[in-house]
Amino acid sequence: MSDLGLFHNLILGFSVALTPMNLLYCLVGCLLGTLIGVLPGIGPLATVALLLPVTFSLGPTSALIMLAGIYYGAQYGGSTTSILVNLPGESSSVVTCLDGYQMARQGRAGPALAIAAIGSFFAGTVGTLMIALFGPPLASVALKFGAAENFSLMVLGLVMAVVMARGSVLRAVCMVLLGILFGTVGTDVNSGQYRFTLGIPELADGISIVAVALGLFGIAEIITNLELKEKREIFTNKVKGLIPTKEDMKRSWAPIIRGTVIGAALGLMPGTHAIISSFASYTLEKKLSKYPEKFGTGMIEGVAAPESANNAAAQTYFIPMLTLGIPTGAMMALMLGALMLQGIVPGPQVMTQKPDLFWGLVASMWIGNLMLVVLNLPLIGVWIKLLTLPYRFMFPAILMFCCVGCYSLNNAPVDVYMAGFFGLLGYGLAKLDCEPAPLLLGFVLGPMMEENLRRALLLSLGDPSTLVTRPISATFLGLSVIFLALVTISTIRGPKQRLAEHLKSD
Amino acid sequence: MIMKAPKDFWSGLIFTGFGVAFVAVARNYPLGSALRMGPAYFPTLVGGLLAILGVVLIARSALSAGEAVSHIGLRALILVLGALVLFGYLLDYTGLVPAIVALVFVSSAGGHEFKWWEVAVLSVVLVILAVGIFYYGLGMPLNLGPQL
Repeated sequence: MSDLGLFHNLILGFSVALTPMNLLYCLVGCLLGTLIGVLPGIGPLATVALLLPVTFSLGPTSALIMLAGIYYGAQYGGSTTSILVNLPGESSSVVTCLDGYQMARQGRAGPALAIAAIGSFFAGTVGTLMIALFGPPLASVALKFGAAENFSLMVLGLVMAVVMARGSVLRAVCMVLLGILFGTVGTDVNSGQYRFTLGIPELADGISIVAVALGLFGIAEIITNLELKEKREIFTNKVKGLIPTKEDMKRSWAPIIRGTVIGAALGLMPGTHAIISSFASYTLEKKLSKYPEKFGTGMIEGVAAPESANNAAAQTYFIPMLTLGIPTGAMMALMLGALMLQGIVPGPQVMTQKPDLFWGLVASMWIGNLMLVVLNLPLIGVWIKLLTLPYRFMFPAILMFCCVGCYSLNNAPVDVYMAGFFGLLGYGLAKLDCEPAPLLLGFVLGPMMEENLRRALLLSLGDPSTLVTRPISATFLGLSVIFLALVTISTIRGPKQRLAEHLKSD
Repeated sequence: MIMKAPKDFWSGLIFTGFGVAFVAVARNYPLGSALRMGPAYFPTLVGGLLAILGVVLIARSALSAGEAVSHIGLRALILVLGALVLFGYLLDYTGLVPAIVALVFVSSAGGHEFKWWEVAVLSVVLVILAVGIFYYGLGMPLNLGPQL
């Protein structure tokens, strides 16, 4: 594709994203996302799931723009919380806690938050550009895929999710399979047969992804949190100057660039956990620094690099989701679910058939990142006020929003009960060291896998060897087998375990 | 029973249970063939695989040692899920306001601290928020109180 094409596409994107309504949705999304993301004990995933029903009435483009805004708003809010309270809203902010919280203790929360915002904005800009650059060529390759290739690619996507999951590989594989099974509940598209609906009419459309995500990531989380004693120390009075000093800027610009590069590159790999990119960039800065022993005592580099990496990865995650229809994690699975709820079939054809949606989303990502910097720094005072809310006031409120949101899906209590069921399941399985993310991925990809497998076997006249005789499909399956084998004989698990130990020791 | 790894054992049991249940229910639907997969084909395949892997997990739990399951917060579990079920049930019969009040009181009892006046204030605030956002703001078709 020529540069002129890119320019053309970006113009189209901005013409969509800059309409007053879409600007408003982006702004509302960013604000709501930050507002909920700041609250400790509710991660970005639950935030997006919670607000997903609100976007149902919007058109697909506006809905996705708002959801993307909620997503990075929640991410940004999570960083704020980890710096001020030492309570990471999600695992990827764990690394930011190390030095960010120490800076806050020294009364330098303001500069830490500002550098995090500046780094995120820079990383977000680069990440958005990468989507614009790499999206179209990737999609044009994927457009040539047939049913067999699509099926095998989905298998690979799920295997990557398994590889990156914490704990036992076997249990993660089981979580994926369980997710796929839940995905088959509802009307079979080919025969019209109701499957596993237990006679509940609302289940004819399948189990709602909102109920699954809220149950697994919202309600299970609340129950887990209630087991822990509330212990928080907030450095709210000490946030005075926001402006980083010249020295801060001088020390931060290089880590921001390095973090962005690492995050953007790692984000492209399916299945990588956000924590990998922030941790990798933190380790790199520590290695490059003249004072590695000072990391963990409030070094601004230790905030700048992981926050940039985190945000760059957050943007490039969208590339496989938008171009191949393969989510790289639970969050992208949720975004994919949102697309499908809007009646859009995910895959490479989205870019060619709905260029306004794709490019509008890309442009709005950059606008959203800009909004976050411009709006959130002045609003930090408000977010801090929110942080002082004790959890005993917050969880009934979160629960209430979960319940009303679920009820609104069908205007019936079924989805509330469903969320409760998945909350129970998620809590129980989390107790057994089974991460919920692979289940959600399987749930979203399951129906598409069935459809592609069905088509592939129809074309091959029922011969399953089509999956391994077509070269691209065979490559995907081969890679899946290699990754699974590698992770089983625990060559990949080494660094992951070290990472876990490192985080535990801090 | 020799059970060295309780986490493998219980998760294996859950996975096998779901796998078997899906395969069993799928027997009511046409299976079809690989060429023309019926509605039961794919779920039977996946459910069967899940059941087998679940059995492998159970077998593994007898062979290699693993961590014990940590303490289960039964009180929070029951009260939070109970609040949810109560909410779903009440919403259709008594409307939004009583359902939220019930939800807030029951779920708050699952927390560490429970002061009557605090929870009462919280439920008033949340009722106002919910009515404002969902009823007036988003225009959701909800009854606020019982329909007489």
